Amino acid sequence: MPATEMLPSSTPTTKRRPDHEGPLLEVEDLAVEFRTRDGVVHAVDGVSYHVDAGETLAILGESGSGKSVGAQAVMGLIDSPPGHITRGSIRYRGKDLLGLDEGARQRVRGRDIAMVFQDALSSLNPVFTVGDQIAEMYRVHEGASRADARRRAIDMMDRVHIPAATSRFDDYPHQFSGGMRQRIMIAMALSLGPDVLIADEPTTALDVTVQAQIMDLLAELQRESTMALVLITHDLGVVADVADRIAVMYAGRIVEHGPVIELYERPAHPYTQGLIDSIPRMDDDREELVPIAGAPPNLMKVPSGCSFHPRCPIARDECATDEPPLYAVWSGRESACHFWEEVVSSHD
Amino acid sequence: MGRYTARRLLQMLPVFIGTTFLIFALVFAIPGDPIRALAGDRPISPSTVATLREEYNLDDPLVVQYGKYMAGLVQGDFGKDYNGREVVDIMAHRFPVTIRLALVAFIFEILIGLVAGVVAALRRRSYLDTLVLVTTTAIVSIPTFVLGFTLQLLLGVKLGWFPIAGISQGWYSYLLPGFVLGALSLAYVARLTRTSLVENLRADYVRTATSKGLSRKRVVGRHALRNSLIPVVTYLGIDLGALMGGAIVTEGIFNLPGIGQQVFLSVRAQEGPVVVGIVTALVLVFIFANLAVDLLYGVLDPRIRYE
Repeated sequence: MPATEMLPSSTPTTKRRPDHEGPLLEVEDLAVEFRTRDGVVHAVDGVSYHVDAGETLAILGESGSGKSVGAQAVMGLIDSPPGHITRGSIRYRGKDLLGLDEGARQRVRGRDIAMVFQDALSSLNPVFTVGDQIAEMYRVHEGASRADARRRAIDMMDRVHIPAATSRFDDYPHQFSGGMRQRIMIAMALSLGPDVLIADEPTTALDVTVQAQIMDLLAELQRESTMALVLITHDLGVVADVADRIAVMYAGRIVEHGPVIELYERPAHPYTQGLIDSIPRMDDDREELVPIAGAPPNLMKVPSGCSFHPRCPIARDECATDEPPLYAVWSGRESACHFWEEVVSSHD
Repeated sequence: MGRYTARRLLQMLPVFIGTTFLIFALVFAIPGDPIRALAGDRPISPSTVATLREEYNLDDPLVVQYGKYMAGLVQGDFGKDYNGREVVDIMAHRFPVTIRLALVAFIFEILIGLVAGVVAALRRRSYLDTLVLVTTTAIVSIPTFVLGFTLQLLLGVKLGWFPIAGISQGWYSYLLPGFVLGALSLAYVARLTRTSLVENLRADYVRTATSKGLSRKRVVGRHALRNSLIPVVTYLGIDLGALMGGAIVTEGIFNLPGIGQQVFLSVRAQEGPVVVGIVTALVLVFIFANLAVDLLYGVLDPRIRYE
């Protein structure tokens, strides 16, 4: 199946474009800073990743690691001021989005790259019905008639398994449960059959059982198309089942990157190791979980050298002075740790 | 909604009785005898005084007078003034002037206030935003009578652009007084709109609207503004009642024969029935404007539902 093949029900034929060389979405050396009164916050500092059609990349990191800011930069949602993209490129189908004017950028949003946010209650407009907000996509982007947009919005609500979609079209966001609201968000984001979906903590605000349902839904919708999914989360448990690859972020940088199973079984960065050690497991015989010592750094004063060194159990003197590059551990795996070999070999 | 409306109507009853009784008591607490005031310096026969006092129930205790007044009121009888004119006729003559004045003021509020607020919010921290801030602060600080006399002198007397007083030039006569009357609320509307829009522009759902690929115009005009206007519309609704009642100073400055001026004249002439009648009518306007705003609120914001 070619990369541009999308769902026939929701994809206009005009969307087909010639294939290009390279990944579908490629972020390279992206840096975003916020110039505040108290100083400059380096939220994202030289992040690179790529995602291909049909693939799921999880970007994992704790609060303040820059994972959401990076995603908002891809969507062009950074408020400027105070936010500034200081370097790097974001290429979609080989075209640098940062070089586009606002009008061209706007045509990419929603249609080619769509986004789902964490809190569906605040992310949906409270004064419009959910059906209206989905139908708006067809009306604005494709000039669909009111009746046609309504019919297609109801189709979309069916596809994300909203029960009695026809009768719920005219309900307002606050009349839905948290899980159903997130389904509405997903329906809205996928309404035009985007090539890339960025899901920013899509399950964080939900109950655990509902979390699983939403992740299943995303996986199901992705199987039906060749959509690329960028899943941003702080939850290792959420990514394990759905992601193909994981990029671990710390203090605005990617510190480790690799296929999901390998990364779980043999982490090559002490931070990833720490994250894995801190999750409870069914086969656990430990009395207590092992936390990572210390707290994430203030992004206005990121530690010199390796930003993780003050919390790192294996840090040496050079960690405080030499900033580690992303070492190629082996094919498809990278780690920003001077002593990655030591970390990997500790699993043997 | 029906039950809510019924309950609100019932709640109006004690409010109405309480306010009207207060007005009644205050008016009759004014020192001096209204019948003597009616006659002025001329002598008046004791029998005439007695007849008039009898006719207007002036010798009854206050509560009994109030009871008789209310009994008439529920039958639509606002009573007569001391010259025998029906208070209803006086009001019918005066109210249209005040309503026109309030409408002109209201339109100024919406046109200038809303636009200034939206512009200030969209161009936050720009020179336009500062201009709106400074102007509205100035307007809020200047008392109505100072603004009224200044504009009357400047635009009416010196420049001759507007009529100085009276309503002989139709709607045109209402422009300047309408602006003066609406100026304070205009400033509030501008500030309220700005604050509300700035806040909503930062809301998550505005970010969502942008991520949907909508134009900036649509994101602001449809998504952010619709939410921002909820408090503004609420304020405007309540203010419409206030404009009707608050026109005493403005009508005085521009000599407009509206109810404000009538109240002023009637208080001076100790015409109790007229004062009570007009203020009672204004109380009703206020109460119903409030109810309308509360009901409108539920329409504007679907999260509010009345059970």
